[in-house]
Amino acid sequence: MSQGVVRVTRRSFLVGLNLSLAGLAIGLPALADEPSGRAGPSPRAAAPEDGPGLHPNPFVHVAPDGTVTIVCHRSEMGQGVRSSIPVLIADELGADMARVVIRQADGDKKYGDQNTDGSSSIRKFYDDLRYVGATARTMLVAAAAAKWKVKPETCEARGNMVHHAPTKRSLGFGELAEAAGKLPVPKREDVKLRPKSELTRVNSPVLPLLDGPAVVTGQAVFGADLKLPDMLIAVIARPPVVGGKVARYDASRAMKIPGVKRVVEMPAATRPYGFQPWGGIAVLAENSWAAMRGRAALDITWDPGENAVYDSATYREKLLASVREAGTPYRNVGDVDAALAKAARVVEAEYVVPHLAHMPMEPPVALARVAGGRCEVWAPTQHPQAARTQVAKILGLGEDAVAVHVTLLGGGFGRKSKADFAAEAAFLAREAGVPVRVQWTREDDIHHDYYNAVNAQRLRAGLDANGKVIAWHHRTAFPPIASTFGDVDKPAITDLQQGVLDVALDVPNVRAEGCKAQAHVRIGWYRSVYNIFHAFGIGSMIDEIAHARGADPRDVWLEIIGPPRTMSLQDLGVEKLVNYGEKLEKHPVDAGRLRRVIERVTASSNWSGRKKDGRGYGLAAHRSFVTYTAVVLAVVPDERNKVRVDEAWICMDAGSVVNQDRARAQMEGSVVMGISNAFFGGITMKGGRAEQSNFRDARIARIGEVPRKIHVDLVPSDGPPCGVGEPGVPPVGPALANAVFALTGKRIREVPIVRGLFA
Amino acid sequence: MSVRIRVNGVEKTLDVDPEMPLLWALRDVLGLTGTKYGCGQALCGACTVHLDGQVVRACVTPVRRADGHAVTTIEGLAPEGSHPLQRAWVELGVPQCGFCQAGQIMTAAALLKAKPKPSDDEIDQSMAGNLCRCGAYPRIRAAIRKAAGMPEGER
Repeated sequence: MSQGVVRVTRRSFLVGLNLSLAGLAIGLPALADEPSGRAGPSPRAAAPEDGPGLHPNPFVHVAPDGTVTIVCHRSEMGQGVRSSIPVLIADELGADMARVVIRQADGDKKYGDQNTDGSSSIRKFYDDLRYVGATARTMLVAAAAAKWKVKPETCEARGNMVHHAPTKRSLGFGELAEAAGKLPVPKREDVKLRPKSELTRVNSPVLPLLDGPAVVTGQAVFGADLKLPDMLIAVIARPPVVGGKVARYDASRAMKIPGVKRVVEMPAATRPYGFQPWGGIAVLAENSWAAMRGRAALDITWDPGENAVYDSATYREKLLASVREAGTPYRNVGDVDAALAKAARVVEAEYVVPHLAHMPMEPPVALARVAGGRCEVWAPTQHPQAARTQVAKILGLGEDAVAVHVTLLGGGFGRKSKADFAAEAAFLAREAGVPVRVQWTREDDIHHDYYNAVNAQRLRAGLDANGKVIAWHHRTAFPPIASTFGDVDKPAITDLQQGVLDVALDVPNVRAEGCKAQAHVRIGWYRSVYNIFHAFGIGSMIDEIAHARGADPRDVWLEIIGPPRTMSLQDLGVEKLVNYGEKLEKHPVDAGRLRRVIERVTASSNWSGRKKDGRGYGLAAHRSFVTYTAVVLAVVPDERNKVRVDEAWICMDAGSVVNQDRARAQMEGSVVMGISNAFFGGITMKGGRAEQSNFRDARIARIGEVPRKIHVDLVPSDGPPCGVGEPGVPPVGPALANAVFALTGKRIREVPIVRGLFA
Repeated sequence: MSVRIRVNGVEKTLDVDPEMPLLWALRDVLGLTGTKYGCGQALCGACTVHLDGQVVRACVTPVRRADGHAVTTIEGLAPEGSHPLQRAWVELGVPQCGFCQAGQIMTAAALLKAKPKPSDDEIDQSMAGNLCRCGAYPRIRAAIRKAAGMPEGER
C-alpha cells in the first residue's frame, strides 16, 4: 500500500460503528506487500487442520487460545453467504462471533459440493452445517463434563464457553480445545442439534454484513486486486465467433507498445466447448493499459468457423417454427387434443425471450502462477473445484498439483461457475514463466459469455363455456445447457423441470413438450436459468386468459392453480422431476404455498383497489428452486422509456431463512434484475458475433429506472430451507408485461419489453 | 514523462504514459485497488474518483489531466471509513457483491457536498451513471438519505 494512504484498520472501523465483529478475517491486503507473495481471501488464518486444538471436520477448528476458525466453503458473490454460513455454524456451536475467524475454502472435494449455484448453499447444506457446529460443541461439552465428572447433559455451551449451571463452573472453548481434540469424533446420530429457538443470531431480523466495512473502504479483495511479483497482465483477442480460429496474425505493432512483453497464441476451442478457453491471441504486458493497447494493435485474420451461420433474426423464426410442430411430450394428463377440440374458446399465444448476458460488474479475471510442477490460481470463481479440474487438464497436471483460492466475486449470476477464465490464466502463466493475471474487458464479457438460452414458447389454453380452463398445451424450444458439453439439440425432461413440469395446474388435460433448438453459442446457467422464460410465458398466458374472460387475473391465477394440495408425479403427469435435486417428500410441488404468496402479495399491494390510482398493475407467481414467489408491479407512464415501474411488492416462501436481511436484499435485487432482463434484456447475434458490446447497448436498469419502493414479504416458516438467490427473478418479467398491458392495453409477448413499447 | 498527483493527500510522482487512464495509474501503479474497472467507457461508474473534488470516471480520464491536481479515492474518502455515507452503507446493509460500491459512494459523496439534502429526483440524476448489477439501488437511495440526515424513506 502506498505511503500516506489512510490505512483503515478493521477494529477501529468496527468500533466506530459500534459493531462487535472484531476478529473476522475480512479485508485482506493486496499481495504486493506479502513477502511470500501468497494470499487468498484469508491467507494467514490458520487452516483448521493445522495446529493444536479441536478439528473434528474440515469446517471448524478451535484453538487453545479460544479462536474459532470457521470455513466458508461457498463463494461470496453478493448473496451474503459469508455472513450466513459461519453464523449458522457458530450458533450451533455456541461460539462468540468476536472470537470467530472466517476462512474462505480453496477448491477441494473434502468440503463437498462447492459449486455456488442453484440457490443451494443453505438449501442443501443447512443440516450438514448445523452438524458441523454441533459435533464440535458435543466434543467440547464432553471434555468439560469429563473434567468436572458430571453428565454432559447437565452442561451447556454458549458464549465460547461450556457452563455447568448446578455447580456454577465454566471453562472457555480454548481451555477445552486440546482435551476435546483427543476425543473420538462422535457419529452423526450421537450428535444433538439445538432447538431452532436457541439459534439466536439466525433468528434475528438483521445479521451484520461481515464484509461490509471492507467493501465501503475499498479494502475488500476481488479477483483483479491481487498482485504477485513479476506478474504480467494478459488481455486476449478472442475469435469473435465461438469455435473460430486464428487464420494468421501479426503482432509486430503490438510488441512495439511500451510495456508489452509477450504475445502468446491460445489453444483453439473445439466442440463441445465446455469450460475450454475460447482461443485467440494473448498480449502480456506490465500493466492493464499496455495490454489493452497491445491487443488493439494486433493484426489478426480470423477463420470464423461453423457458428458464423448464427443470426438471431433468422433463428427467431426457426424457434417459432419449432414450437409450431410437435415436440417430445414430457408432461401428459388427460387428452389435450380432444379437450382443445371441444373447448368453447381457445386462447393461444407465442412468446420469445432472447439470450441474456450475465454482465457481473466485475468481468471475469484470474491470476495464476505455475512453478515447480504446481499451479496456484486466485480467482472470483463460483466453482473452485471445476476450476481446479480444468486447470489441471489444460496443464496436464494432477489435481493435487493445483490449488484454487477463491476471492470475493464482483457478482456471479452463474457466469463464474465456468472455469474458462481460470484455465486461460494457468495456460498463460506456464507459457510466460511468470505469474499472469488475465483481465477480461466488458466487451470480452459480453462477446464471450455463456448466455442464457434463447427461447420461444407456444401456449394454448382451452376454456369451457364458463371460462374454466380445461386444456393446457405448452411447447417450449431452447438450446439447453447440455449443448455446451455435448451434441444435444433439444431440451430434455430434466430441463423442463424448470418451471414447466412443476407448475401446479388444476386442469384436467395438460401436455408440455420440449422442441428442437440447435445451439450456436455457449449456453450456460444464468440466475434463474430457464425459469426466466418459462415464467414469462406462463405468467403472461394466465393474464391473457383472465383478460379474454374479463376476469380478475388474481382470481384466474388461483383458479388455475386450484385448491391447496401437494402434487404427486402422477398428478403432474410426469415420469420424473429432478426437483432441483430435492426429494419430493421433503419439497413437494405445493399448490397451497403458491396460492399463499399470491394471496399475500395481492393483499399487501391492495390489488383489489388497484384501478383507483391511475397506475397499471401486473401480477405473476412462480415456483423455482423449490421456493414460491409472487410479484405485483405498478407501472406509470414515463417520458423516456414510455413506462416505468413505480412500485413493487414481492412475497417469497423459502421455508426457514438463515439470514433474513440478506434474503430481503436478494428479493430487492431480484426485482431490479428482473426488470433489467425483461425491459432491456437481450443479446443478439449476427454472423455468429454478439451485436452488443458494452452497457451502452447491453442495457441494465439504472437507479431511476427501478421502483423507489420495493416491499418485501418473507412468509414465516419452520419448513426446510429452500432457494433464495434465484427464485425472486422469474415472476418479475411477466408481472411487468402484465402491468404494461393494464396501463397501455398493449400486450407485449417478446423481451425486451421496451422495444415492444416503441414498435 | 512523469506526472505529479496529490493522491489522498499525499504527493506522488508517477513515471507513466501520460495517456494512461487514471484508473490504471491508481490500480496498477499506485496499488490503490478500491477503484474498480467495470466498462472502460464511462458507462458504469465503478471507477468513480474525485479530481479536485469533482466526480470523474477514472477509466476515461488520462492521467495527465490529474497532473498537478488532487485525486481522492475510496481509500482516502475519510479516516477510518468514518464518512457518514460509509457508516450508513454498513448500517443499512447496502452492498451485495460490493464491486460497484466504491464508485457509488464516491458519486454520492460529491452529491452530498453539492446538495446536502438531495431530493429523490436529484439522487436519481446524480447516481444515474453508477450501475449496480446486484440491484442495491433501493438501499443506496436509503443510505444517501440517511447520511444526509433525512428519513430513509420506505424501500
